[in-house]
Amino acid sequence: MSEIAVSLESIGKRFGSVQALRDVSLMIRSREVIGLMGENGSGKSTLLKILAGLIRPDEGNVVVRGRPLTKASFSAAAKAGIGMVFQEQSLLLNLTVAENIFLGCEGEAVRFGLYNWRKLKEMARRQLDKLGCDISPDTITGSLSFAQRQMVELAKVLTIEDRIGVEPIILLDEPTSVLDAEEIDTVLHQIERLRSRASVVIVSHRLDEVLRVADRIYVMTNGQCVGERDARSVDAEDLKRLMLGKHLSEQYRRHDRPARPIENEVRLSLRNLAHRSDYRDISFDLHAGEILGFAGVEGSGRECVCRTVYGAEAPSAGEVLLDGSVIKFDGPADAVKMGIAYVPSERRIEGLVPNMSVRENMTLAHLKVARRGWFLDSQREQKLVSQWVERLRIKTPSNHALAGQLSGGNQQKVVLAKWLIAEHPRLLILDHPLRGLDIGAKAEIFARVRELAQNGISILLIADTLEELLALSDTILVMRDGAITARLPVGDGKPTQMEILENMI
Amino acid sequence: MDRTPTGVIQWPSLAARDGNMRKVIGVLREMAVTWGPALALVILYTAFSIGDARFASLANLKTLASQSAIPLILATGMTYVILQGSIDLSVEGVMAVSSLSCAMLLRNSRTGFDLGVIALLVGICVGAMFGTLNGILITRLRIPSFMVTLGIWSVTSGIAMLISGGQPPEIRDMSIRGWALGETIGVPNLTLVALVCLVIGYLLQNFTRFGRYTYVIGGSEEIAKLSGVRINFYKVLGFGLCGLTAGLGGVLESARLGLGHVEIGAQQMFLTLTAVVIGGTSLSGGRGGVIQSAVGVLILTVLANGMIFIGVTPYLQKAVQGVIILVAVVAATWRFRARLRVVK
Repeated sequence: MSEIAVSLESIGKRFGSVQALRDVSLMIRSREVIGLMGENGSGKSTLLKILAGLIRPDEGNVVVRGRPLTKASFSAAAKAGIGMVFQEQSLLLNLTVAENIFLGCEGEAVRFGLYNWRKLKEMARRQLDKLGCDISPDTITGSLSFAQRQMVELAKVLTIEDRIGVEPIILLDEPTSVLDAEEIDTVLHQIERLRSRASVVIVSHRLDEVLRVADRIYVMTNGQCVGERDARSVDAEDLKRLMLGKHLSEQYRRHDRPARPIENEVRLSLRNLAHRSDYRDISFDLHAGEILGFAGVEGSGRECVCRTVYGAEAPSAGEVLLDGSVIKFDGPADAVKMGIAYVPSERRIEGLVPNMSVRENMTLAHLKVARRGWFLDSQREQKLVSQWVERLRIKTPSNHALAGQLSGGNQQKVVLAKWLIAEHPRLLILDHPLRGLDIGAKAEIFARVRELAQNGISILLIADTLEELLALSDTILVMRDGAITARLPVGDGKPTQMEILENMI
Repeated sequence: MDRTPTGVIQWPSLAARDGNMRKVIGVLREMAVTWGPALALVILYTAFSIGDARFASLANLKTLASQSAIPLILATGMTYVILQGSIDLSVEGVMAVSSLSCAMLLRNSRTGFDLGVIALLVGICVGAMFGTLNGILITRLRIPSFMVTLGIWSVTSGIAMLISGGQPPEIRDMSIRGWALGETIGVPNLTLVALVCLVIGYLLQNFTRFGRYTYVIGGSEEIAKLSGVRINFYKVLGFGLCGLTAGLGGVLESARLGLGHVEIGAQQMFLTLTAVVIGGTSLSGGRGGVIQSAVGVLILTVLANGMIFIGVTPYLQKAVQGVIILVAVVAATWRFRARLRVVK
């Protein structure tokens, strides 16, 4: 058994009234890959930031090679050999790769404030070679792909080896969340290579990734470390149960439920809709209380159709009927007035104002509901918001907390509430509502969406995986190259994923 | 086609093709941003030369070189401040103080001093001092550079008026006046100084820690801070440099006109900012450089001079300049546009 590189001793941390971490103890051996798993908001990121010196713990110690870290700062952690690869990347896109790798610690490459570019490039080359990576050191970082930038981040962290002369402890915060399958493979491969020279802590939502690279797995729930498992002998179901810790997994129902009878009136009807080269000849009916899932690869036109229904892009031909009457397209504001709600996939950018409170975010689009005469009735607003916080089980310290401080799943719920708070939208468009959420948050959003449909709201859904589509939809429309290729009712175990796939490609 | 365990559908061929297309378009755009201003300069120059043959004459070329000298010096310093994502609005006031303090120390109509070159150095140092003061106020008090430098503009103008006392000193040091108006091997002396400034600016930008960290700060102060970069120090240095070039500009303009005057820098700030932005240095920081700014200066000089040749009235000239700024900014930021995006 190799020596212990880092140990955390009963770490505790509060943010306001929320206990983010409670009595967390774990240890990392040298040359070991640790997987850190847990739902959104379970405290993994906070823990990682404490390790990296970005946050000071309220209680407990971080002990690196037998010595407790006395100062909580990024540079102190770096001096002890701890380096972090950030989820939101920490590279300067306007500089060269070489400059980024050595930013702030150029060493011999800068003498008396003067740059020796040849030396700097040579040094960068050496770092990149450690990863077997052929990016040229004088490339401008902004022109690299996300996966390549991830490599540069790794190379940057590896400079710790030469600077401090110890084996580094590398922290990876969801290193694969923005990458596609091929790139993910490259990054995971690198992590496997790193094992020969460093300790690694990886935070990820994707179980298969963690199982592939990790030696040991720690599971966190509600700010506590609830389990430690050996990655070689662990069972995936066991891990999921640990992470959820409760009954939620059952709600993530599979599509073998019986088909739900849909016999209500038609809510939305598209007739021969077309938009330049994006899509053509789109016709379908959406009933009240029906969930219609769109399947299709990137570029199949399903997003464009949704944008048109929401009024963000006028169609070039065809018409859209809402409850039997033709609607004109004069932008999203009109769509909102007509009771069409859109929950975008880029919720941080399009759906949420991070530095406004939960309450303000919720009532932003529909101040009318909390209005009395000409003025805002803040008591009524407050009550309404509290109601929805409770109904959607949004975890927030208070209604006044800034929306940006909530975890991803809870932010998503705030966006959902924002559109539900109006007097019942008629049509809800969900664009990748589950993106970036963990299993627990997904299950909850699932349950809420089903509930809404039962209350008569029609839902148009775009999801990342077929599994999600099948679990949630009453009907699946398959699109390919801008046209509908199949309409498949869901229920009793049908259709299979293969059936949908055949129509997609 | 392949499927990952989570069921995400991949379509590699399409994605790859799309990626390549995007890369090509990206490279083309990058080239347009880099070479666009230079191309515009060539087109303008050619167009005016065709419009009036006298425009391309050697005599007018000298005029162009001489007219662009001081804006070139000012733009070099301003580029650093803008690269850091800040702005310096105090240029005109700083130029005025430098101009007056230098003129009062040279042989002049008001005082008994006759310090010669030392007076020039004092003027430049006064500029650097106020620039440094800008930087210190901004970093210590954490007030936006926009506000601080606006204040310092007022302060320096006031000081200049106080020194001037309503009687602008005439410079009577003939050797310095002669040098400022003279030329060496056919190039105006002030233009030579401007070129030296430009070269130093370029070397600082690319081969010193100050220069590279200027880009780092403009790129992201957060990341710079995390990497242990002494942001405040380099910011003060940036503003100091900008003040120094303003001082130099004020001193040289005084030497050329033979006058220390409060209004010595009138219109220069707007011109300098415009030149920097037109050249392709982004106001949000981190992109651009002194060479780009120099191209911007030349575009504006050629435009102003050329419009006289083809007979555009001075009133319209100003409007044309404004339109050109708007067009340049739109062109530079075109690719960042997005529907439904809010710009503040």
